[in-house]
Amino acid sequence: MERELICICCPRGCHLKVDENLNVTGNFCPRGAAYGKQEVSNPTRVVTSSVRISHAELAMCPVKTKDPIPKGKIFDVMQSIINTHIEAPVHIGDVVIADVCGTGVDVVATRNMEKI
Amino acid sequence: MKTKDLVIIGGGSAGMAAAVAAYDKGIRDILILERNEFLGGILNQCIHNGFGLTLFKEELTGPEFASRLIEQIKERKIEYKLHTYVTNISHDKVVTYSNAKEGVVELQAKAIVMAAGCYERNAGAIGIPGDRPAGILTAGQAQLFLNEYGYLVGKRVFILGSGDIGLIMARRLTLEGAKVLGVAEICAWSNGLNRNMVQCLYDYNIPLYLSHTVSKIVGKSRLEKVIISKVDERMQPIPGTEMEFDCDTLVLSIGLVPNNDLLNNAGAAKGRSRGALVNENFETTIDGIFSCGNVLHVHDLVDNVAMEATVAGRSAADYILGNLKRGDKKIAVQAGDGIGYVVPGEIDLSSASEALEFKFRVRKPSKNVYIVYKFNGEVVKKVFKPVIIPSEMEIQKMPKSLLKNDQGTIEVSLVQKEE
Repeated sequence: MERELICICCPRGCHLKVDENLNVTGNFCPRGAAYGKQEVSNPTRVVTSSVRISHAELAMCPVKTKDPIPKGKIFDVMQSIINTHIEAPVHIGDVVIADVCGTGVDVVATRNMEKI
Repeated sequence: MKTKDLVIIGGGSAGMAAAVAAYDKGIRDILILERNEFLGGILNQCIHNGFGLTLFKEELTGPEFASRLIEQIKERKIEYKLHTYVTNISHDKVVTYSNAKEGVVELQAKAIVMAAGCYERNAGAIGIPGDRPAGILTAGQAQLFLNEYGYLVGKRVFILGSGDIGLIMARRLTLEGAKVLGVAEICAWSNGLNRNMVQCLYDYNIPLYLSHTVSKIVGKSRLEKVIISKVDERMQPIPGTEMEFDCDTLVLSIGLVPNNDLLNNAGAAKGRSRGALVNENFETTIDGIFSCGNVLHVHDLVDNVAMEATVAGRSAADYILGNLKRGDKKIAVQAGDGIGYVVPGEIDLSSASEALEFKFRVRKPSKNVYIVYKFNGEVVKKVFKPVIIPSEMEIQKMPKSLLKNDQGTIEVSLVQKEE
């Protein structure tokens, strides 16, 4: 089945069509072709959110998936993040959830938060 | 009165980058004044990624970007005061601030860098007809509550305005379990980046209603529903096009305004961007007072804020060291047809570096156009753009040698390419 996408590589925003053999049309440049193929065959996203933290100056500590995860797993990963509660201190890059939802990707802290 | 060589108003990305740049040029007596409880400014609540690609060559979230700058401040032991609010700046550079420890303090600065960021337009700015219930807030407020304090602001949310913060909040609220019913945009085009349109709206099947606005608010104590209408070319609601959405929250993403009151009150001339009028060194029309970042003009990328603030911080250092001379001749920079504003607003060729940099926004999305620079009526530069949109600030450079006279006017305008 043919899929229609808007390319996000630049402000031009080409309207791409990608067929079942991953042939991309409508792209102005090669970046659009690569984006179209990736987006149809294996779309991925970095998820950013925040988790509850105790003994810190704020109630929430921001986190992200260290690498992009499959788009279809976003809500599973979010549920895991929502169920997580951590303790200060925490530092940028500290693993908050290891191998989240079996994706092989860790959720890591993105802010230094000292214990108070 | 206490004195400081350099006082920086605001400890966000612009203020920190300016402080680091001034320090690295040899200035040591620096004080950053920040009203919040942390350094980092708005980056602390912008927990999404996409920052830092230009400056740090890697993709960072807002707090990660902020922490890089905070480390640079701490390595240099640059002094800063938190929970400190600046109430006045005088024409002769006396800064009045207050905080709980010191009370009201006056400080004589040799130079000042204004880096106070911008604020969000709120419901009062657009006067939506109807009730005034709880549940109407700006996208930035919703972002702060959710990302730093952990409160979801509503369960059924409608969003007015397609600015980037609104789109990012559409995704954040959806991920946290709220139902986002739609986004209405009064313009016929989206005001967010393509990337955010795709990854924040299309990914979650959130509808975008272009040429629509909220025409009525209904709710006794809490918001109960919003009514949206299609608008005509004068942006007035068209009767008979109403749609109702049952919702408990309306999030507004309807524009950002430079927080420039302190400089207005000090008597600095205003620019078209609603910030101060600055020259190529980011010096305002008051000697020794500089302005940069979102308080000067609203940026879309923090990398550009930090780079602009670096130039402003270096210029402030040069001023303190007596190396920045303002000549008496200047070139005015004007926004012509199709251009919203241009920074800088004036150029002093005697102090300008070899490459002049112009930052501007177009008024509406355009295809196959030239950006034309006219100096005293004569075309000196022409740049072809296949696509140009208001939501992406344009940055273009020009060698100073193209300007053969140190007085006059440069006009930047948008001209359609003939087919």
